[in-house]
Amino acid sequence: MTNSGRNRLIDRAFSVWGVVSTFIGIALLLMFIGIILYDGLGRINWAFFTSLPSRFPEKAGIYTSMVGTLWIVVLTLILSLPLGISAAIYLEEYAKKGRFSNILEINISNLAGVPSIIYGLLGLQIFSRTMGLGGNLLAGAFTLALLVLPIIIVATREAIRAVPGSIKDASYALGATKWQTIWLQVLPGASGGIMTGVILALSRAVGEAAPLIVVGALAYVPFVPASPMDQYSVLPIQIFNWISRPQAGFSTNAAAGILILLAITLAMNLVAVYYRSRYQRKSN
Amino acid sequence: MTETKQHGETVQTESRSAIEIRNLSTYYGDFRALDDINLTVDPMTVTALIGPSGCGKSTLIRVLNRMNDYIDGFRVEGQVLVDGQDIYDKKVNVEQLRKRVGMVFQKPNPFPKSIFENVAYGLKIQGIKEKSFIEERVVKSLQQVVLWDEVKDNLKKNAFGLSGGQQQRLCIARTLAVEPSIVLMDEPTSALDPISTAKIEELVFELKSQYTFVIVTHNMQQAARISDKTAFFYMGNLIEVGDTQQIFTNPGVKRTEYYIRGQFG
Repeated sequence: MTNSGRNRLIDRAFSVWGVVSTFIGIALLLMFIGIILYDGLGRINWAFFTSLPSRFPEKAGIYTSMVGTLWIVVLTLILSLPLGISAAIYLEEYAKKGRFSNILEINISNLAGVPSIIYGLLGLQIFSRTMGLGGNLLAGAFTLALLVLPIIIVATREAIRAVPGSIKDASYALGATKWQTIWLQVLPGASGGIMTGVILALSRAVGEAAPLIVVGALAYVPFVPASPMDQYSVLPIQIFNWISRPQAGFSTNAAAGILILLAITLAMNLVAVYYRSRYQRKSN
Repeated sequence: MTETKQHGETVQTESRSAIEIRNLSTYYGDFRALDDINLTVDPMTVTALIGPSGCGKSTLIRVLNRMNDYIDGFRVEGQVLVDGQDIYDKKVNVEQLRKRVGMVFQKPNPFPKSIFENVAYGLKIQGIKEKSFIEERVVKSLQQVVLWDEVKDNLKKNAFGLSGGQQQRLCIARTLAVEPSIVLMDEPTSALDPISTAKIEELVFELKSQYTFVIVTHNMQQAARISDKTAFFYMGNLIEVGDTQQIFTNPGVKRTEYYIRGQFG
């Protein structure tokens, strides 16, 4: 009796502790968002989106860094998507299962966990110096493409693996080649999962500052980049720059910038969630 | 290439066997799944492959259209002749082979596309673009499997909306649309209810005047009902093959008799 009483007590205690643990995370997040909203929401107006950076906090805006972020995201997508999907197709459909493919697999999974600053240093040597790209958009996009490539490969492989083998069998049995089967059955079947992975990967790229600082993104850009060979800044770097200023006006600007960045990543995640749920419904 | 395509099927000069298997052994890595199999299948007949799970019958049927090619470590020794041609010869075009040797699977596996697109798939991947030709072939194939009346108003609807039995008949129609001469069926009714099963059996019976069937089945009554010849496999060996009538009433080997009577397996 006493024993079971004690066990029930432990049970209760743990369930309470579990609730507390869960809410600590949520509470801190809500607090953070609350503070940011309080600090920054009043600063967001149309001029904030259309203004160039400035010495005066009330005149400064995120126009150039927003456009820079847009450039970086689109270029990163263009560079990483074909490579990532092709690599995943090779690994899933063509590579012979064996030691070599195991080593590749482990390496790719590990690459997804490498700190982003390491990619920045890699990019600095390869793209900025050896390829002579310096600090332009292309160098940044190449670096971020490297960063998100493992994420895209892993997500695409999972999506490809989720396509039922029976569908592939049916295609082959009708005389389809491997490429036809991949193009007409596997990729359409996996598209939802691939989309989800790509969007999540890009939403990570949007928030990166460290690797871009290393490959020469600027903190102060009074112009909008017109080509991939131009210099640029991105939102996280703009925010970082503002936070490091002493004037109070700039930390308000930073809070407003953080709100915009949060809104962008949240929107991207929502799109990913939407695709995932639609994809799951379809496959049921 | 184009010539044979335009003139359609090759003329069969004599009634030689549709499939001839000579000293066939197959391996998954070191494991021998089939051991020295010799078997001939006559044109326009139904041959049933029976035997307990793991006896090699599914391996054998998948050898006939080289569906095992994608399995790492799978290896074939001996010869498999389809219409007199060794299908494991290096010069053989596997895609062409599979157009001649179609396959229907255990579970209905329609593509996540419309009914029409399912049947048209085999034609479209051959690069056929002529709409009227494709439509004609789709209608004909759906009529062959007695599905046309049920789906003719819903050709654009997703194939997943069909019942299991209808889906399996759609899969057969899809196979027939590329005009194979041989149709392989790997336990085609094991996922279906008795009525749907009866419909498929009826189909096979009607279509065997035009096609050669090889069917893997776990259902003894089914083998007895629809096949002309029955081959009994056990542990990778072909134990006995003969006329279905004879195998079921007067088997030559005790093990066959025990299996058919349900005493093991």
